[in-house]
Amino acid sequence: MAKFTRKGKGGTPAISTASLPDIVFMLLFFFMVTTVMREVEMKIKLRIPEATQIKKLEKKSLVSYIYIGEPIPKYQSFFGTEPRIQLNDKFASVSDIRQFIESERAARDEAEVPLLTTSLKVDDECEMGIVTDVKQELREVQALKINYSTRKKVE
Amino acid sequence: MARRENSDINAGSMADIAFLLLIFFLVTTTMDVDTGLTRRLPPPAQNQDDTEVDVKKRNIFVVLVNSKNQLQVQGELMQIENLKEACKEFVANPNDLENMPEKEEIEIPYFGLYRVSKGVVSLQNDRGTEYGTYIAVQDALIAAYNELRDELAVKRFGKKYDNLPEDQQEAVRDVFPQRISEAEPKNIGGN
Repeated sequence: MAKFTRKGKGGTPAISTASLPDIVFMLLFFFMVTTVMREVEMKIKLRIPEATQIKKLEKKSLVSYIYIGEPIPKYQSFFGTEPRIQLNDKFASVSDIRQFIESERAARDEAEVPLLTTSLKVDDECEMGIVTDVKQELREVQALKINYSTRKKVE
Repeated sequence: MARRENSDINAGSMADIAFLLLIFFLVTTTMDVDTGLTRRLPPPAQNQDDTEVDVKKRNIFVVLVNSKNQLQVQGELMQIENLKEACKEFVANPNDLENMPEKEEIEIPYFGLYRVSKGVVSLQNDRGTEYGTYIAVQDALIAAYNELRDELAVKRFGKKYDNLPEDQQEAVRDVFPQRISEAEPKNIGGN
């Protein structure tokens, strides 16, 4: 019969937690690298519509966003309930788009300007009138590459 | 000095600090990948003559959406669910029907002389149309083209369009060019 002998003083030896920080740091770095901090504060109600034929938007640095939707209740007393355009952190009108696109272009390298995409994040229930106006304005400033932001439809 | 040997720093709290940071990043992370329907707007209309391109009536697939989100396709009411099939049939025109688009023989690599449909989808919406409906219509039209391309790619190359090499994709694109034109906005229908 073999004897089970305990070495040392008895009591289970503590598991070494020395590698725990390494593991946690690894996770930490992963999240740090993948994190995109939310850049703009949403001032509008935004429920993105669903679609099936979606494509991923490549090169986030080359995308400028235009948000359209009803102002959230906090701002409704001032801006009303009609759909409004939001550029960066501010409410804007259709005529501000020209300046917005130009400043987006100025911030980029000249060679990258033709690759700039404008992503339209528009609320599901918004009417097309304002979207059409925005599209006309984008045509005027030759910002022709657009992307209607949509979520993947769950089937 | 009995404790002198055990002189390494206690690293036990390192994990706590790292966890704290980790949780902070976990909470602030937004992992959403931006996805959407990519379209190209037509360049601004210079003058009225430029925009009036002469396209025969049989080549145009007219899709109208009114302010009540109803769909009229080729003069008839239609549900969005049926739009994709209707568009596919129109563009492909498999039976060479009189009222469907003409075909033009074009030399295309991998396919040789191929009879390419001259069909164009014309989409017009009202200012009162809901954006969700508009996207659903756009999605159905793009889906129709994508499915046609997929079917052709599988038939010819045995692979889906997305998995083909670039030059074969281009050939398939030449067979079914995505021609979705949006009419200059008008305020049709009113209320």
